[in-house]
Amino acid sequence: MATTTAPGPVRPAGRPAQDGPPRPRGRRTVRRTYLPYLLLVPAALLELGIHVVPMLVGVWMSLLELTQFHIRDWSTAPFTGFENYRVTFDFGSATGKDLLHSFWVTALYTTLSVGFSWMLGLAAAVFLQRPFKGRALLRTLFLTPYALPVYTAVITWTFMFQRDTGLVNHALDQLGLIDGANPPFWLIGENSFVALLIVSVWKSWPFAFLCLMAGLQNVPPELYEASAIDGANFWRRLRDVTLPMLRPVNQVLLLVLFLWTFNDFNTPYVLFGGSAPRQADLISIHIYQSSFVTWNFGLGSAMSVALLLFLLVVTAVYLLVTNRRREHA
Amino acid sequence: MSRRHLAMAVAALLTTASLAACGDSGGSSEGAAKTLTYWASNQGASIEFDKQTLQPELDKFEQQTGIKVNLEVVPWSDLLNRLLAAATSGKGPDVVNIGNTWSASLQATNALIPFDDATLGEVGGKDRFVPAALAAAGAPGKPPAAVPLYSLAYALYYNKKMFTDAGITTPPATWEELVETGKKLTKSGQWGLAVEGANPSENSHHAFTFGQQWGGEWFDSAGKPTFDTPQNVAAVKRYIDLMAVDKIVNPSNAEYAQNQSVADFANRKAAMLLWQAAGSNLKAQGMSPDEWGIAPVPFPATPPPGGKKVNSMVAGINIAVFKHTENREGALQFVKFMTSDAEQVILNKTYGSLPSVKPASADPAFQAPEQKVLGEVLGSTAAPLPQVPEESQFETLVGTAMKELFADAAGGKAVTEAQVKEKLGVAQQKMGS
Repeated sequence: MATTTAPGPVRPAGRPAQDGPPRPRGRRTVRRTYLPYLLLVPAALLELGIHVVPMLVGVWMSLLELTQFHIRDWSTAPFTGFENYRVTFDFGSATGKDLLHSFWVTALYTTLSVGFSWMLGLAAAVFLQRPFKGRALLRTLFLTPYALPVYTAVITWTFMFQRDTGLVNHALDQLGLIDGANPPFWLIGENSFVALLIVSVWKSWPFAFLCLMAGLQNVPPELYEASAIDGANFWRRLRDVTLPMLRPVNQVLLLVLFLWTFNDFNTPYVLFGGSAPRQADLISIHIYQSSFVTWNFGLGSAMSVALLLFLLVVTAVYLLVTNRRREHA
Repeated sequence: MSRRHLAMAVAALLTTASLAACGDSGGSSEGAAKTLTYWASNQGASIEFDKQTLQPELDKFEQQTGIKVNLEVVPWSDLLNRLLAAATSGKGPDVVNIGNTWSASLQATNALIPFDDATLGEVGGKDRFVPAALAAAGAPGKPPAAVPLYSLAYALYYNKKMFTDAGITTPPATWEELVETGKKLTKSGQWGLAVEGANPSENSHHAFTFGQQWGGEWFDSAGKPTFDTPQNVAAVKRYIDLMAVDKIVNPSNAEYAQNQSVADFANRKAAMLLWQAAGSNLKAQGMSPDEWGIAPVPFPATPPPGGKKVNSMVAGINIAVFKHTENREGALQFVKFMTSDAEQVILNKTYGSLPSVKPASADPAFQAPEQKVLGEVLGSTAAPLPQVPEESQFETLVGTAMKELFADAAGGKAVTEAQVKEKLGVAQQKMGS
């Protein structure tokens, strides 16, 4: 085997020998110049295979009339140009109108879910910043939702949200908050949005908590001591010390939460199955329906590409704005 | 990384790669011919029940032919998606069960082997199969994309004791009678009828039957969707009104999609149930067979113009072979085995369904009251769902529209004809896009 027979003396030919003559400068700079790129090659290849190529395939599919007649050999599907995009953005038609509806539902869902998750995460992180007895236990408990497999957790929520046999209505009834004879629905109708939001926040806030807790470790205690001497109260310290120090963490955290939540498919799919109630018809489910339920993969791809462009633009604007603000700060 | 480490890594990589390659070629040259993968749809009360039912039969097949069959029982909610993924990728099982209503849709993908006369000959010949069941195996005029395996029909199941207690002697034969009976049987903790309101497939099956009775068609002769015709609107509204207006259905049923309506009937929370061959399922849930009675699904007392005497779809499960199979011959042998007289009796007896081949129908196992009613319905008043490539879209779009209508009804909102028409109209437009 090559490993065991590798002769000792041949060893570090390309490696700076400690007792050898100094290397020529030029060679070293060449290596400095190319080595970083060389090291990026594996990542770039993987990125190409996992993201770029499928994305390009998706764009190509969005230009085809890809229905059940062609999915088996999709390269034979007829080319329709921008027809799928025309249907996607034709907000006067049933398909476009419903897509726009689910876009607004998703926007509201994302705003509320990210907002609540962030606030809960921040509150918990600040609360657990000072050492006290039982802190480790609480930290572990708070992270539980993050550690559970999504599918299992959301399935449990669907049981809890059942109208007649679910724990939620039972608890609300015990507390006297609802009319036990006529309990509300959670998985269909108006409340389905609330149910979806609750599950989503429950699922995402531990991640916010984790990031913010890590961020808080980097705040020097002297800052708090100094502000305490200056007589700053809790809210003042939060506003003028904690939040500014957390800004870099928040910048990434909010973006990641936004992207995850906007694209979230697992939560609504497990909660409602393939056909979500109209009030909770998130865009990911909607695109899934267009592709897999009505077997129009071309149209589904066009919708996906449109969604991708939207998220790219939002992300770019967000990064520009937050970076500029940081430079100004 | 030093040279030595690099060399070690390369060596390891090469070793793994060559080992993996060996394993791969070994697998396909020897193993494939002797094994088949079979996705069975979930027929019994649970997936475990199906495994226990099917495995002894698969072992029998292995003894006879030396071909081992790897079984996976797939729940209905996943089956269509999984089939679609297998069709697209060209990778997946060799033999599959499909809901017979999807036959034409899956046929259009061209991923299943067509059962032309020669292929039918290999599995025992066209004449073995019950004609109505074979008609629901693909578009008319084309070789079927599958052959029928289990045959089912809808019927009205009713709780005998509840009927006697309320002084009702005969099961309802018309919708008017069903509503009247249902009202008598709806009291605290008990409802007249249980429905599966959030299950699109179930909803669409009723949309079809009610549509036929009200003189509607879901597709015209050219295969174009005609969802929002006045007949279809009236038919769907009649079904939703069982909850919305007649109030003989528990509003909670609007969120049922996991066969909870069968459980409600078995647990005496509902007096009536419209279902396909529910007997074995009810038994599994602890309801003894003499507790319930069975009758054909009702008709309107005075049929509207154009109304047809149809009270069930030709329901059933087909068995199909993927074109990508590397063992076409073995797969067909397996289809022949599953549709043989002996297996048809064993399996249909267990599932309470009806044989799809003529010789097995004569077996005394299928003379029980339930199978007799189902058999009569299938033989005289059942019609296949439209065998068009867009059928599976019809099921999900119309079924989902009805799920929303049930949600409205359960939430106490009035369900008007205009709303029904609008929802069906939207579903129809989505078919066109």
